[in-house]
Formats: sequence, structure tokens, C-alpha cells
Amino acid sequence: MWDSTVGKKAVMAVSGLIMLLYLVAHMIGNLKVFFGPQEFNAYGHWIRTVGEPFMHYTWTLWIIRVVLVAAVVAHATAAYQLSRRDIAARPAKYVHARRRASYATRTMRWGGVILGLFVVWHILDLTTGHVHAGGFQEGHPYQNVVDSFSTWYGNVIYIVAMLALGLHIRHGFWAAAQTLGAGGRSRDRALKGVANLLALLLTAGFVAVPVGVMTQVVS
Amino acid sequence: MKLTLRVWRQRNAADDGAMSTYEVDGITPDMSFLEMLDTLNEKLILEGEDPVAFDHDCREGICGACSLVIDGDAHGPERTTTCQLHMRSFRDGDVIDVEPWRAAAFPVIKDLVVDRSAFDRIVQAGGYITAPTGTAPEAHATPVPKPDADHAFEHAECIGCGACVAACPNGAAMLFTSAKVNHLNVLPQGAPERETRVLDMVEAMDAEGFGGCTLAGECATVCPKGIPLSSITDMNREWLRATVKGARR
Ligand code: HEM
Ligand code: SF4
Ligand code: FES
Repeated sequence: MWDSTVGKKAVMAVSGLIMLLYLVAHMIGNLKVFFGPQEFNAYGHWIRTVGEPFMHYTWTLWIIRVVLVAAVVAHATAAYQLSRRDIAARPAKYVHARRRASYATRTMRWGGVILGLFVVWHILDLTTGHVHAGGFQEGHPYQNVVDSFSTWYGNVIYIVAMLALGLHIRHGFWAAAQTLGAGGRSRDRALKGVANLLALLLTAGFVAVPVGVMTQVVS
Repeated sequence: MKLTLRVWRQRNAADDGAMSTYEVDGITPDMSFLEMLDTLNEKLILEGEDPVAFDHDCREGICGACSLVIDGDAHGPERTTTCQLHMRSFRDGDVIDVEPWRAAAFPVIKDLVVDRSAFDRIVQAGGYITAPTGTAPEAHATPVPKPDADHAFEHAECIGCGACVAACPNGAAMLFTSAKVNHLNVLPQGAPERETRVLDMVEAMDAEGFGGCTLAGECATVCPKGIPLSSITDMNREWLRATVKGARR
């Protein structure tokens, strides 16, 4: 698998789809912030208790975290190795250059780097609190979210990353279907439609939270 | 028609190369692009200069030898081979840039001629069937469903020109390789080597230093034979199927 460009791309597609699945759940969960601190904080607590009494407290959450870290590492490693190979395979540029591929397609690499940096910042901000603005309170996610989006840079970083995410999914979802052999001429329009819809819903859903804080709907 | 050509000139593989500017006159709209270059070369020879080297053979769009990037498009502005491109696609006074295929796996030999033997090695890795040689077999002995025959024919159209590699931002040979794999994998004659074919050909493709696919779609846009992008999807499916079946390794 890993030795072949086709296999490595398949690893990338599967890890990308795992992250995508998580992001859909994450986005829906975030929207609970619009129903007040009690409901949002209860949701934050529930994530830690899912699966009880079969699972111990936070076990399910840790399993999800391990799977996600594995997906991010596999995805980024494959992206790095394949990109280096792609650049080496086309050393000379054309004097008369043409650019036809869509913006989303051309920004997969830099957009991916932005997303990777964002993931690190996001965890240090709202999970561990290391870069959090104004006293991070473990177990009080509602207050933490409001604090984060009360700074201008918190909003800028978040919104730029979510626009990058939308573009990445727009090309990535459709591309993953092709990589896994699930695409085809008859399904092409449907797949592109679903990719656009997912990109739009995720970006809009995630961006709604900082916009909510900025407009004081969430405070 | 009078034209200004900016042509890539490179003495040999080791030379750096650069664009050179030439004027050509007396071009008619019904000339092919290659005939226009012939006119330029006649002039260069009379002037005692080295003529521009370029690949060509059949000049009727079936051999895949001709290979020029014209104004940044592999095979030029029309969706056909360079030999089937006519000067009526240009206008009097145009400035036209002519460059060779660009890819690490296709090194320039001289001027506009590149070495495409990497394609031959990909085909040698599995682009054939183990059929008994001798007289042609009875045509009805192996029935082929019509949709499969159509699918095979569509992919058999690939002439191995390499425009797909030239257009790809990653110098990938996925469209070419997928055309060759799908052509045989869909037919009963190709069935015995269905798994090893795709595994071996993809491995050979990687070994030649071609890039990977990022689904930019440039290849299918320039392919003179209309090999579709979905051909790559089909090959990915064949490759995953063969890998899951553990056909080798
Ligand atoms: C945050 C969540 C992320 C999701 C949901 C995601 C999703 C995807 C998907 C589904 C693909 C398509 C795979 C294919 O073409 O078969 C893809 C491609 C790619 N991703 Fe990501 N990705 C994410 C993060 C990243 C990160 C952090 C990086 C950078 C290290 C990255 C870099 C890339 C690159 C370079 C491609 C290949 C683009 C191409 O096909 O041209 N992605 N991504
Ligand atoms: S797939 Fe098309 S562009 Fe590529 S080698 Fe075959 S005919 Fe040429
Ligand atoms: S010279 Fe044979 S295809 Fe153009």
C-alpha cells in the first residue's frame, strides 16, 4: 500500500474521510452553543461519558482522539511524501504557463498546511488552554469559547482556517471518491454536488459560532 | 500568413537550452502545424543554421509521435494531435510559443524531442495478454459483451503520445497507464493477468519517476483521443481490488 503512489493516495483518502466524518459531528455539536451555557456544557460533559457503563469515564473520547491523531499523521505524511515526489516529477516549468485547475484544487497543499497549523492552535486554545485568552477554565467550555472569540486574532485565525477547510473538502471529498475507485461518469455530478454541499455546510456551521459571539448572540 | 515563433532550442540533453525567436512567412491556413515547422526548417537550412528537431511520423493522428506544447497547451489549442492541428487555428501576425513535453521522466534529447521510452517500459510490465501466437483465432470463440467491447475500444484509442504527462502539474502518467490497464482488464482475453497487470504497470510507472495523481484533470483536457478522467478512477479500483485480493506481495 504505502510503497505505491496509488496506495499512498488511498491512505490519504481514507484518513481524510475519517477526519471529515469527525468534523461533521464536531460541527453539529458546536451549534449547541446557541442554546445556552447549560446545554453546551452538558454536551461537553456527555462526550466524556459516552459508552458508560461499558466504557469508563473518557475512554470513548480517548479512542476517538487516538484514531484522529493517527488519521492526521497518516494524511500529512502521505501528503508531504507525495507532494515532494510530484514536484520532483515536473522540474522544468513551461515558459508559456497555463493554469486551468480550480482554485480549490491548486490550494490543496497550502490549504492543508493552514489546516494542520490550525489544528495545533485549536487544541492548545480550547482543549489544553495553553494559548487561551483570559483564564482557561477546565469543564466550562461555554465560557472558554466566548473568551476565545472575544479577541480579534481568535476570530481571524478561526475564520481563515474554516474557509481553507471548505476549499479543502470541496476538492478533497470528490477526489477521495476517485482515489477509492468509487467515482464514475454517471456519478460525477452527484459527487461534486455532495462535495460542495459538505464544504458549504461545514464552513457555515463552524463560522456561525465566532459570528454568534461577535454579534453577542452568544455571550 | 506571417508568424513569429518562439521555439525551445537545446543542443543535447546536457545543454541548458533557451527560447529562440524566428519569423516565418508564406504560411497558408490549410498547412498543418508540422508543415509550418517544415517551412521554418527549410529556411534555416538555406541559411546554414541547424534545423529545429521535432518528433513526427504518421502525420495523420494515429502514431503518437508528434509532441509539442504550443502556447502552453499540449498539442496546441485544438483537441487533436499536433500533426492534425492546422494553421487556420492561428491568425496572421500571431506570436506562437513552442516547447517540448516537460517531465522528469521525459528528458529532452534535442530541441523539441523528448525520450518517451518510459512509456514502453510501463507497457512491457503488463500491457499485453498471454495469447497463443499463430493464426488468428475464431472471432466467435470468445464472446465479448457489447458494453465491454466499447469500453475496451475507448481505451485502446490511446496512442501513447504523452500529452497527458506534459499537461499534468505533477508529471504523472496515470491517464496513459489507466488507458492501457483498462483496455485489457475489461476483456476476457485480459482476465488471466487482470491483477498482476495493474499492480506491475503501476509499479513500473512509479519506478520511472512519474508523479502522482491529484485529480487536477489537465490530462483528460488535452488528450487527443478523449481518454476520460474516470479512466484513472477505474484503474484505482482495479489496483485496490488486486491489492485486497493479495494477488502479489
Ligand atoms: C483537517 C481535516 C482534513 C480533512 C477533512 C482532509 C481531507 C482530505 C481529503 C478527503 C482529501 C482527498 C484525498 C484524495 O484525493 O484521494 C485530501 C487531500 C489532501 N489533503 Fe487533506 N484533509 C485535512 C487536513 C489536511 C492537512 C492537515 C493537510 C496537510 C498536511 C492536508 C493536505 C492534503 C493534500 C496535500 C491533499 C492532496 C490534494 C490533492 O488531491 O491534490 N490535509 N484531504
Ligand atoms: S492517454 Fe491520451 S494524452 Fe495520454 S498518451 Fe494516451 S492518447 Fe496521449
Ligand atoms: S505524427 Fe503521428 S500522431 Fe502526429
